[in-house]
Amino acid sequence: MITVKKLVKRFGLKTVLRGVDFEVQPGEFVALLGPNGAGKTTFLRILASLSRPSLGQIRIAGYRLPDQAAQVRARLGVVSHLPLLYGDLTAEENLRFYARMYGIPHYEARLTEVLEMTGLEARRHDLVRTYSRGMQQRLAIGRAVLHDPDVMLFDEPYTGLDQDASSMLDDVLKTVAAQGRTVVMTSHDLARAEDLATRFDILSRGLISASASSAELKQTNLLSFYKQALAG
Amino acid sequence: MQPKPVALKVLDLASIILLAISTYLALVFAPTERVMGDVQRVFYFHIGTAWTALLGFILAAVFSVIYLIRKDLKWDRFQVAAIEVSLVFFLITIVLGSIWARPAWNTWWTWDPRLTTAAITELIYAAYFMLRQGIDDPDKRASFGAIYALLGGLSAPLTFFAIRLFRTIHPVVIGGTNPEADGGFSMTADMRLAFFFALFAFTVIFIDLFWNRLRLGDLQDNVEQLKLKVSM
Amino acid sequence: MVDKATEIKSVKVDGTPARGSFIQAVAAVVWKDLRAEFRSRELFSAMLVFSLLIILIFNFALELDVKTRRSVTAGVLWATFAFAGTLGLNRSMAIEKDRGCMDGLLLAPVDRSAIYFGKVISNLIFMLIVEVIVLPVYSALYAINLFQPGLILVILLGSIGYVSVGTLLSAMSVQTRTRDILLPILLFPVAIPVLLAAVKASNGFLTGAEWAEILLPLNLLIAYDVIFIAVAFMVFDHVVEE
Repeated sequence: MITVKKLVKRFGLKTVLRGVDFEVQPGEFVALLGPNGAGKTTFLRILASLSRPSLGQIRIAGYRLPDQAAQVRARLGVVSHLPLLYGDLTAEENLRFYARMYGIPHYEARLTEVLEMTGLEARRHDLVRTYSRGMQQRLAIGRAVLHDPDVMLFDEPYTGLDQDASSMLDDVLKTVAAQGRTVVMTSHDLARAEDLATRFDILSRGLISASASSAELKQTNLLSFYKQALAG
Repeated sequence: MQPKPVALKVLDLASIILLAISTYLALVFAPTERVMGDVQRVFYFHIGTAWTALLGFILAAVFSVIYLIRKDLKWDRFQVAAIEVSLVFFLITIVLGSIWARPAWNTWWTWDPRLTTAAITELIYAAYFMLRQGIDDPDKRASFGAIYALLGGLSAPLTFFAIRLFRTIHPVVIGGTNPEADGGFSMTADMRLAFFFALFAFTVIFIDLFWNRLRLGDLQDNVEQLKLKVSM
Repeated sequence: MVDKATEIKSVKVDGTPARGSFIQAVAAVVWKDLRAEFRSRELFSAMLVFSLLIILIFNFALELDVKTRRSVTAGVLWATFAFAGTLGLNRSMAIEKDRGCMDGLLLAPVDRSAIYFGKVISNLIFMLIVEVIVLPVYSALYAINLFQPGLILVILLGSIGYVSVGTLLSAMSVQTRTRDILLPILLFPVAIPVLLAAVKASNGFLTGAEWAEILLPLNLLIAYDVIFIAVAFMVFDHVVEE
């Protein structure tokens, strides 16, 4: 579903990603782990077509980046730690706006469906400004799945959420993953990642330094695998 | 650190010699103008700096287009070098013009199309440097700089036309006569020699400064690179 | 009850560029901006109050008596529109930047210039609404009839040029460290042709000048609008991508 070969990203003289190779099969849920400044967000922004790679090849759902960006974007749902929502619009209006931007046909039924899935049906006519952080984040996920994307990218979705909000977000994420989507999530919260992902990749110093599936991790736990990967 | 190229050293020396000769031609060799007297002698350097500054601004707009197509930071360094040198040259043009205008038009400044356009052009490129200062990412800085230099290069000639519109309804602004007529003169053969020599000398000086500025930019990059290496 | 599977299939989008989706995206951006603005009215009321304050200051600074009024009305109006305009342009783009909404727009499978044109149209609408309110107020205060078709045309053309460059530059300035102060510094020097031509043409209509004298600045306005919209259209991609 996602194939990345020898991806390099430079900001001026600073090289953030130095030849990342990365492959995701359809239906996989990959957690991308690593310390701050390892380039996780940069990597995800490149996959999301928001940032241009300096070198390397990227294929998502059969389309090349950056030259077939529009086709890729049509099959991509992105959730970042910012909600990407307008505070002066209601939840429903936000979704309606994005449905139009994506060119979704007959979207009215879909709006209700998404609001139900995220548990915001009762507050669909409230301004997003009045929402709690957790509700905003759930609506952000609703926004990202609106056009039924094949691939989802989550960039630190738990940032700034309390315990309750986090576990509600867990449920929504599990629903999204259960619908057969391919997911890549960055996180520094190992426990949450362990709960959701089927594969764990460690990104450090601009390279994927280790990778293990949840089956392979049966023997050892994620924390020691993570520490080992960073030390090696 | 690479030593200074021999060709650049030669050009440095040539620039100094040409400036000396041009100064001699303008201040001693050329005959004193009958009506205005010695103050007319600023004219040679006035035109010399004006011509090279305009050349630099036009080059900068060309570098903008090349950068936006190629996305190679080399063209950004070319652009900064051209604009920086031109900005200083154009300031010299304005100051020399002002010195001449005092006895010729009996005022340091008038809102004539040429003068006003010159002042606004200086403001455009001052804004250009303020824009660049506010951006950390070198690629973004180069893109924004290129776009702004392009907009500036397009709007400056339109500004000239726009101010000409005003001159037709406010013909009294500069004493009722046309600036060309007021202070115009015809050149003798010796004056013409001094004039063309000044054009040539300032073109060489411009190229020399441009080259030196480019080299300075490369050295700055090297310093940044070494700093990064040390911090790794 | 609709079958879930078919319903989900029906929301799939392809992303292949199509003219219909471009216009739909432009309309979506405009609809969103107007909807949010008519609810909060923060941008709009700020622009309007600011405009009236500027006119008040001009009133005393220039001593707008009957004689001077005739010659300076066009200048006062355009200075007011320009200042109020930067206020609106700045705020309108800051809203996109604050909650990462710009990223949300960029993730949509439409040509990026659709976002540019959407923002231009909504900024233009805000500016025109302010102008439509300022004109009768000014007319009433100074007993000058500003509702002349010619003047309205000039205001429309001038606002288009001002907003099209201003929207591009505001998309740049919000991404800088000095975002709050940078926009007027970037915008005013490159918008001078449009402001001067607009003042000249407005003055022509207000003083009943000959058509030939008005035609020149009018042509300049049209040329400016065409050139700068075309350039902004071509370079907007470079403003929003990393």
